Amino acid sequence: MASTLWISTRKGAFALRADAARKIWKLAGPHFLGHIVHHIVQDARDPRVLLMAAKTGHLGPTVFRSVDRGRTWCEASQPPAFRMAAAGEEARAVQRVFWLTPGHASESGTWYAGTSPAGLFRSEDGGERWDPVAGFNDHPMRSKWVTFGTPDGEFLHSILIDPRDPKHLYIAVSIGGIFESTDGGVDWMPLNEGVAADFLPDPAVPFGHDPHCVALHPLKPDRLYHQNHCGLYRLDRPERHWVRVGRAMPKSIGDIGFPIVLHPIDPDTAWVFPMDGRTVWPRTAIGGKPAVYRTHDAGKTWRRLDRGLPSSQAWFTVLRQAMCTDQCSRIGLYFGTTGGDVWASTNAGERWSCIARHLPEIYAVTHAV
Amino acid sequence: MDAVSCTVRIASPLRSYTLGATSVTADGATLREILANLDQRFPGIRFRMVDEQDRIRPHMRLFVNTSEAKGLSESVGAGDTVHVICALSGG
Repeated sequence: MASTLWISTRKGAFALRADAARKIWKLAGPHFLGHIVHHIVQDARDPRVLLMAAKTGHLGPTVFRSVDRGRTWCEASQPPAFRMAAAGEEARAVQRVFWLTPGHASESGTWYAGTSPAGLFRSEDGGERWDPVAGFNDHPMRSKWVTFGTPDGEFLHSILIDPRDPKHLYIAVSIGGIFESTDGGVDWMPLNEGVAADFLPDPAVPFGHDPHCVALHPLKPDRLYHQNHCGLYRLDRPERHWVRVGRAMPKSIGDIGFPIVLHPIDPDTAWVFPMDGRTVWPRTAIGGKPAVYRTHDAGKTWRRLDRGLPSSQAWFTVLRQAMCTDQCSRIGLYFGTTGGDVWASTNAGERWSCIARHLPEIYAVTHAV
Repeated sequence: MDAVSCTVRIASPLRSYTLGATSVTADGATLREILANLDQRFPGIRFRMVDEQDRIRPHMRLFVNTSEAKGLSESVGAGDTVHVICALSGG
């Protein structure tokens, strides 16, 4: 299976293409040099289609669409945008399109987008025209759910669709929490029981949490994992109470980070990239010694994987969209760093090699076939 | 107000919409009308400059001749020049 990694960076998009053995990687690009690219996602329903969330320092946010595997791109004719505010309402404007998710397998052409400020948008024509999902954006509780925004604005991300039911959706808002809809986005409920919110005056609140990345296992959709600002969690539905599986991480490492990536077949296996969340939150590899941690038993135990990674003085981190797997029989695992390097492992993280250096700050790494 | 024709100077980040043109003509008696006219001819250009609440984006500046416009209701006269300027700091 041919492998391409799409690299979204602060200064444009790049593609890394592998030979059959995934030993030789060729870098192509930049595409859209100077654009701030937050996410590039392939449509599994039609692998020729890719969507890219982008803006520039000056210009407003938009979505580009390719129907030829990224050779050419066209801009959406109606990018995600909030509705015009009525008198007295908060006048929200999309600052960045942050996250893209293809719709359910049965809903050809449907896509979802998450934005900052926190907004959910849906396209039914393959990403050409986007409409607000009023059920979340205008929910009577929205202003309470996302009241504790950071100065850069809160992000809506981790849009997850239950493969058994296109109307069963999860989203995450950082800061705001995780929310679930069982009616296609008409109504939403918080899903944050058991999750810490150490930064709030009342850590036991039902919403206001800071999920960094949420993942649902495609073959066991009742299992979710969740890397939060305050820990690492697992949830097996229909339970509503998240279990802090990060308690099993070494104390010297802790369980703070941005990404969490699931094995495409084995729901008990996941990888994280811990970062330093102590004192002033350096958000770097801990001690300047980057490492991936893997569980094989749904979070009961974690093992350090750092062979081939720098052993000292490496102070990058890995952002929430910047780690992924491929779908090869020997699972490949990849991450891009804030320092602009891309690292690859073709043995599930046992050994790492650097496959691209000196790129701009990497926001996302996604796999395409 | 009757629509008039003016010149619009296009900043480099927006020239992918104007096929590289640095200067185009547009019709309208206000900036709102000028931008609507521009968007008809160069689809998508307006939303990169103006948000969904009709506010000029933080890193964009619109001038009518030498006066900075504070909003889209600014009048534009025949023969005026509208300057689209990008304002960005940092690396």
